[in-house]
Amino acid sequence: MRVKVDYDLCESNAVCMGIAPEVFEVRDDDFLYILQEEPPAELHERVREAVARCPKQAISVEE
Amino acid sequence: MLTGEWGIDRIGLPAAADDRLGVEWELGVAAAGLDVAARSLSLADGRSLAYDGLIVATGASPRRLPGTDGLSGVHTLRTVDDVLAIRRELDAGARRVVVVGAGFIGAEVAASCRTLGLDVTIVEPLPQPLARVLGDRVGSVIASLHRTNGVDVRLGIGVDAVEGEGSVERVVLTDGSSVDADLVVVGIGVVPNTSWLEGSGLTVDNGVLCDETTLAAPGVVAAGDVARWPNRLFDEVMRVEHWENALDMAAHAARRLLAEGRGEDPSGYVYSPVPWFWSDQYDRKLQLAGRPRPTDDLVVVAGGLDEERFCACYGRDGRATAVIAVNMAGRVVRYRRALADGLSWEQVLADAAGT
Repeated sequence: MRVKVDYDLCESNAVCMGIAPEVFEVRDDDFLYILQEEPPAELHERVREAVARCPKQAISVEE
Repeated sequence: MLTGEWGIDRIGLPAAADDRLGVEWELGVAAAGLDVAARSLSLADGRSLAYDGLIVATGASPRRLPGTDGLSGVHTLRTVDDVLAIRRELDAGARRVVVVGAGFIGAEVAASCRTLGLDVTIVEPLPQPLARVLGDRVGSVIASLHRTNGVDVRLGIGVDAVEGEGSVERVVLTDGSSVDADLVVVGIGVVPNTSWLEGSGLTVDNGVLCDETTLAAPGVVAAGDVARWPNRLFDEVMRVEHWENALDMAAHAARRLLAEGRGEDPSGYVYSPVPWFWSDQYDRKLQLAGRPRPTDDLVVVAGGLDEERFCACYGRDGRATAVIAVNMAGRVVRYRRALADGLSWEQVLADAAGT
């Protein structure tokens, strides 16, 4: 799994960070950082939830 | 959508797993009544449906301004149709907008309309916007954000009448002054949709009253804006009107209902979330997690209230109750986790001292 963020859409709501903080981090500069572009299998379900829950539909995954 | 930046194609719900779930939709048919004892739901078209389990998720409806029925140009904002109706007014050339109520709906409408370059007046009876939720200090931050962006913010004053021949022409305020308007957007709160539940056997009191696990009666759970339940974490019976809770509580209520059907011990199904939402206004993203009271202590832990970004915590009786931030969403997520674990006020003070 490879995580991609469309930074033109991302508004740093940090919903993804709430669901999978191991993968997504919004820092004090208010930008989203991807901590693991290829997260391990045990995180896949939560990453998919983050994709589904992103209010701006800014995250996608290549499986 | 209000500014025209997004179209209707981008706000649809994600495709439901209907095929897999075998869901049958009865769209356009309202629920008209409920008999909890008989486990029977009656529909507006006269049919009845028997059920083993029922989820009440009928949401809430916006309060309307009395005396504005039949006057065009006066809108509430709740549904897609509401947004489209307001868009049509803007496309037709509305220039002068009066927003009644400086809550989150009103503040966002005001910000969107200012972004479009329109003349905007906000009318709010409280001394500061959101004073009953956020207190006067944070409320004044929101007021000055809107004033800086060119909104005429009228605080401590109400609406006496909305006047016009067929369509709105002016809003008369309680001090006798009036504001000319082509468009009025009313954001004065919502009322839970529970009138259909009269005589159902459910307890209705500012929403469907549930137990700690979202169960409202045997075989009945409630979720979202319509549901009121005791949240153990905050020692408060609450009703939450935000997006995140609509998602989380729905999933929780469904699990609870299934667990009841299996005869499981309910103690594993206590619903005690830290409510969380955000509001985009101009270049600011305001986020709040928790349940503040206006009388709570407030301590800034990063940035400053008069700066472009800050993070502050609310607390009382030795415990943190909420975190608020502007353009610092990551902090809110971290504090939200800490609040779920019972964040102490001492820790908040230590965080504030460390910055």
